[in-house]
Amino acid sequence: MAESVCIVAEYRDGAFRKVSYEIASEGRRIADTLGLKLYGIAIGSGVSDKVQELAKYGVEKVLVADDPAFEHYIAETYVPAVAEMLQQCDPAVVLLPASMNGKDLSARLAARLETGLAQDSTEISVEDGKIKAKRPLFGGKCLGWYEWADGALVMISCRPNVMSMLEPDESKQAEVVKVDVSVPEARSKVVSVDMDTSGKIELTEADIIVSGGRGMKGPENFAMLEELAGLLGAAVGASRAAVDAGWRPHSDQVGQTGKVVTPNLYIAVGISGAIQHLAGMGSSKYIVAVNKDPDAPIFSKADYGVVEDLFKFIPVFTEEVRRLKSSE
Amino acid sequence: MNIVVLLKQTPDTESVIRIAGDGRSIETQDIKWIINPYDEFAVEAALRLKEQHGGTVTIVSWGPQRVVESIRTALAMGADKGMLIDDEALEESDSLGIAKVLAAAVQELNPDIVLCGHRAVDYDHNQRGPMVAELLGWPHLPLAVSLECDGTTVKIERPVEGGKMVVESSLPAVVTMGGSHAVWNPRYASLPGIMKARKKPLDVKKLADLGLNPEECGSGAAKIRLVSLEMPPERKPGRIINGDLDTEGKAKELVRALREEAKVI
Ligand SMILES: Cc1cc2nc3c(=O)[nH]c(=O)nc-3n(C[C@H](O)[C@H](O)[C@H](O)COP(=O)(O)OP(=O)(O)OC[C@H]3O[C@@H](n4cnc5c(N)ncnc54)[C@H](O)[C@@H]3O)c2cc1C
Ligand SMILES: Nc1ncnc2c1ncn2[C@@H]1O[C@H](COP(=O)(O)O)[C@@H](O)[C@H]1O
Repeated sequence: MAESVCIVAEYRDGAFRKVSYEIASEGRRIADTLGLKLYGIAIGSGVSDKVQELAKYGVEKVLVADDPAFEHYIAETYVPAVAEMLQQCDPAVVLLPASMNGKDLSARLAARLETGLAQDSTEISVEDGKIKAKRPLFGGKCLGWYEWADGALVMISCRPNVMSMLEPDESKQAEVVKVDVSVPEARSKVVSVDMDTSGKIELTEADIIVSGGRGMKGPENFAMLEELAGLLGAAVGASRAAVDAGWRPHSDQVGQTGKVVTPNLYIAVGISGAIQHLAGMGSSKYIVAVNKDPDAPIFSKADYGVVEDLFKFIPVFTEEVRRLKSSE
Repeated sequence: MNIVVLLKQTPDTESVIRIAGDGRSIETQDIKWIINPYDEFAVEAALRLKEQHGGTVTIVSWGPQRVVESIRTALAMGADKGMLIDDEALEESDSLGIAKVLAAAVQELNPDIVLCGHRAVDYDHNQRGPMVAELLGWPHLPLAVSLECDGTTVKIERPVEGGKMVVESSLPAVVTMGGSHAVWNPRYASLPGIMKARKKPLDVKKLADLGLNPEECGSGAAKIRLVSLEMPPERKPGRIINGDLDTEGKAKELVRALREEAKVI
């Protein structure tokens, strides 16, 4: 009988990423249902100072690997270290973040530990002690439930922004175990890092996204969406047509060959709603479409549709939002 | 350079997905099959490497006979040879099982570099590249949006949430492709390319040809299993913000709805 549910937190640039708290919260729920302990693994350079943050979400014990070698995620160094720490936790279930690095780590770890991985899961159920994980397939066109073979370690990476977070309990403290993991010689290394310091919000983690498509007509008009996004605390996304035209960087592309996003609110401006675009944003909680064509397919997915010329509507809407925000 | 591309055939991204009668697979009769878009980026990147350094590009795929068509398309783009692993023992394998098969094929081909997609747009498993690298004990560089290679080292740029970084490795290594069409702009097969592709070598192999047996990578070895499929919940019907209102009226109503009904702003 295994001892724990174990989460692998993601620490970068001096803080745990929010998804770490989401998986801790989800891990807590599973551990309670299974009658197991909740352990956490924290790896990074300087991570020791922050480990108690995980306790607030129910982690009882944290294993810490704090070493300058772990400043950046490199599979060759992280995978053996995390595997070694997991061994000490005797887990039945391991939860990881389905972030860019998290997905990479999860996959390689699953191969090392000889088990099955449900990548980018959006729901976990426990019935009669058996775990099932649900994941969107075919870009969200359908959903699949996965189960593990008897005795196999359950490995699940969780899509950011989906699992609900517990109220942080400031009074909680976790036992901290510093682990001296061996850092293998790696053939791969990080040469340079270029973080965006403009305060831009990452699409996959944004609560609100304002996206523009071919209807925006040119790169300069995105300033309009940037302004609206600024007022809403939103990230700006784009359709493939806007990216292919060179108006927006590829990292802004939402869709089946771009980012898959699940914000509370997705505002699609001048986007027709092609099936590949819907694959990336169709599970947003609320969808607003602004399009001058009343027959645009995006309207069939929208909670609120506005049939208007965007160049007329967006400035007026932005002023209304400004009024609302300044009255607060 | 000896370059291997791991290629999966996936349904066209336009496809409508329907759940089959067994409740755990999809209906395939109306599906048009394409090369997974990220694998198409990998083929493009491989051909650019070959143009720079010479060598051969080998396409490796596991799948049924229909995959031959996708391999031929990659050959028509300019790849040199193909290897299809078609063995019914793998039908119920999990990702790790398939990764073992792909790793065995890579070992046999002994390449300098392996290029693959970061995910296949069918089951979106998002894991076989790193798994193959782990099984080989090789470094891997994920989510490449650029690729430079001098024959002994490979350097890529990759995104991370909130920024990007440059990562480098000595060869041999696995690189998984990220980015989008705008980044890789994969070439089309030319007519002469299509003619030539017909004569290029395409080996079809069974597990035993790779020195593998079903116990290590077939259904019996699967640690994870897809048990059921369901359609996503229908979205509640939305509404068009009252068409009688003028622009300002619509803007006010939308702000009100988002604030008071949806409570999202
Ligand atoms: C393999 C593959 C992968 C793909 N992956 C993706 C992906 O990841 N993401 C993605 O987005 N697409 C993807 N696509 C492309 C997709 O099929 C569509 O071509 C694309 O989404 C269209 O972008 P769009 O809606 O901006 O442009 P369009 O379809 O041209 O729509 C523009 C819309 O703007 C409206 N409009 C124009 N002017 C105005 C105005 N003044 N005011 C208001 N509305 C206006 C029009 O009515 C129209 O509905 C992919 C395609 C393929 C084949
Ligand atoms: N059956 C397969 N044959 C060859 N390569 C594959 C196969 N399945 C997956 N791959 C490779 O692994 C990548 C990731 O696939 P997946 O883990 O299924 O999302 C793909 O983009 C391919 O490069």
